[in-house]
Amino acid sequence: MAHGRLALGVALLAAALLFPAFVTLPYPRDVLIRIFLFATLAQAWNVLAGYCGQISLGHAIFFGTGAYTSGVFVARDVASPWAAMLVGALLAVVLSQVVGAPVFRLRGHYFAIATIAVGEIVHILAVNWDFIGAARGLYIPIKRPDSLVNFQFHQSKAVYYYIVLGLLLLGLGVTRLIERSRLGYYFRAVREEQDAAASLGVPVARTKRVAFAISAALTAACGTFYAQYLLFIDPESVLPLSLSILICLVAVLGGVGTLWGPLVGAVVLIPLGEVTRIYLGGTGKALDLVIYGALIMIVSVVQPAGLVGIARRFRRAA
Amino acid sequence: MSLLEVAGVTKRFGGLVANRDVSFTVAPGELVGVIGPNGAGKSTLFDVVTGFQRPDAGTVHLDGEDITRRRPDEISRRGVARTFQKLRPFTGMTALENVMVGAFQKTGHVADARDIARRALASVGLGDKADAHAQGLSTGQRKRLELARALATAPRLLLLDEVTGGVDQATVPGLVRLVRDLHAGGLALVVIEHNMRVIMEISQRIVALQLGQVIADAPPADIVRDRRVIDAYLGESWRA
Amino acid sequence: MGLVYALIAAGLSLIFGLMEIVNFAHGEMLMLAMFASFWTWALWGLDPLLSLPLTAGLLAALGWATYRGLVRFILDAPMLAQIFATFGLAVFLRSGAQALWGADFHLVKDPLVEGRLVAAGVFVGLPQLVASGGALLAFGLLYLFITRTETGLALQATAQDRQAASLMGIDTQRMFALGWAIGGACVGVAGGLLTTFFYVFPEVGAPFALLAYVAVALGGFGNVPATLAGGVVVGLVEVLGGLLFDPSLKLIGVFGLYLVVVLWRPQGLFGRF
Repeated sequence: MAHGRLALGVALLAAALLFPAFVTLPYPRDVLIRIFLFATLAQAWNVLAGYCGQISLGHAIFFGTGAYTSGVFVARDVASPWAAMLVGALLAVVLSQVVGAPVFRLRGHYFAIATIAVGEIVHILAVNWDFIGAARGLYIPIKRPDSLVNFQFHQSKAVYYYIVLGLLLLGLGVTRLIERSRLGYYFRAVREEQDAAASLGVPVARTKRVAFAISAALTAACGTFYAQYLLFIDPESVLPLSLSILICLVAVLGGVGTLWGPLVGAVVLIPLGEVTRIYLGGTGKALDLVIYGALIMIVSVVQPAGLVGIARRFRRAA
Repeated sequence: MSLLEVAGVTKRFGGLVANRDVSFTVAPGELVGVIGPNGAGKSTLFDVVTGFQRPDAGTVHLDGEDITRRRPDEISRRGVARTFQKLRPFTGMTALENVMVGAFQKTGHVADARDIARRALASVGLGDKADAHAQGLSTGQRKRLELARALATAPRLLLLDEVTGGVDQATVPGLVRLVRDLHAGGLALVVIEHNMRVIMEISQRIVALQLGQVIADAPPADIVRDRRVIDAYLGESWRA
Repeated sequence: MGLVYALIAAGLSLIFGLMEIVNFAHGEMLMLAMFASFWTWALWGLDPLLSLPLTAGLLAALGWATYRGLVRFILDAPMLAQIFATFGLAVFLRSGAQALWGADFHLVKDPLVEGRLVAAGVFVGLPQLVASGGALLAFGLLYLFITRTETGLALQATAQDRQAASLMGIDTQRMFALGWAIGGACVGVAGGLLTTFFYVFPEVGAPFALLAYVAVALGGFGNVPATLAGGVVVGLVEVLGGLLFDPSLKLIGVFGLYLVVVLWRPQGLFGRF
């Protein structure tokens, strides 16, 4: 059976790689870019929440860090966006440690609410911080010609596609590596029974911090990508609570704690959002959330392991 | 030099004094039993020794080193392992994976951890259940699993909290034999138990707690004759 | 306003005390209460203050239904499932409201109680005053109910020890449902009161919910009377924050307060944990 799965994986990867070559319409490509982006974001969140069990509902702060770092760097011509991506990721890691130190002492619901509080604080601060454009937002200056160095491509957005696909593969790769390493076991132990884990020598606090750092860095990298892709960012698009929620939604629907869950979740949710938006006009924006909300409720009750969990059950029954 | 030295440990929770000036020692390779009615402060004592609670007064020394303020994982790495009264298996994982978490304390490699884990499982008699999900194990099997998990950390001192609690009578002798074998292998043990027959059988020394205080600390033969212990705990039938 | 927060928080605290579940949809229930209040005014001209019993009843029913239809199934589920279940409900209700009634702001015109009072140089809106009074009254009623009536005591018993309570013949399922119904009623009353002077729109619930969480944390999760103090403190901090710093930053004070309290005294100022 492993051969079958491997073949499927390779086929999918090939399809993903070849897609832009065959489909040159911008719309499907943009949808896929969004799918990959959210899949990576959800995967990053998954590392912390799914595998390590710390439910962060304020993850947008890292996305915003990545976005604004590169935005500011490019707007003020400080450095290349790639350097900014690294710096953004680093800043995000630092932020995660600063936030994590006090907040990780909390458990369960208290922790979740605390992450909301932190997220909102950062959001409010950003809206009032003129250096980064405050509520007006930040325009990233257009640089021609297209170049990888400048991380801007206007002639063909296909390169964006490959970059974000790369991010997704990075996310998947990192998760896979962790899954099979001692760190992965420690993550799961901390998630399940923190005290028992400590009694076995698992450095609980440090494990959580590592998870947070990895998650933050990857999320920030996505933020940088987003900034370079859309060339405009403002607190409402990169820092709101609703973004944090959407990231969780994607992961939870697909299956927390699983490798493929976030991707599955993104593949289902993003097109769903597009469909409802197109066919249901003005109210569409809310209706897709209505469906999301209902889905989340159903998933939580029926199968917390998400769609991936449901698929596994079918396979076992078959 | 004693392996474990508990001196003057006092722990309060609000108005409740769980441990009051508790002192005793454990020599390397010794098996000490701890008895006492419910609420006597036995589990709290374990929590203090293993770093889950900080005492309000007193110290805990391991091999001469002061571990009173150390975190549980630090204490574990210094060779102290414990099981919990309320079982806490990692339910999302298989038995083998459960034990591997403990094994990882000794190695960073997954393959090595797996080997250590398999051996630990075999030593408690769960060798054939390695790939079973922890969730599906019976209480007796879960007790063994916790034991295997603790053993995988290769401890010098093992604290067992009610290892025969909640299992049916038929499983008890097997567990007792297991504990004895561990002791015979040179492991120092502190065992909390309600089953008087078991504790009398295996202990070299017994510490009796009541209302947070040590009321006796002697070999089983003497404990049985100790007036205070009898009044507090054993009841008339045990008078020799 | 702190008193209104307290009322909202009381419902939350009760639910948590009973079954250790944080209702992440609490804000959305408040929002629905406000909409219900608004629509009864818009369609039938009934002032929000007069329609309070109706709103309270509606929300109580919603609370009860939420328990029977959703929460019941996740009582023993892993925390992730519990959080996301009510979270999903929140998203569902909020977007549902948006889908049905649009994202516009609505305001009740010519309410029964209008105008302002001037006391010691400070303007106090009359509707706000009435709302505070109403909230205090409702809180008082709730307190009396919990401590004086038989059902109330049963609720307390269930909150403290589920098993013991059921052994004594208390139907825990009914208690839980009742807890949710009361929580809904609290929010219903609070919503009705707020509608007399506050804008009504789908997103309105979220900030109130967040403030309620802080109030509950301050008072101690599960300690209902203490949430009164918690709510008042939150209200004060909010106002102070607005005065001392830029008004748009005032929420930071509240959230900062939450973080401080929760880290320093996890059981809240009066908690029992």
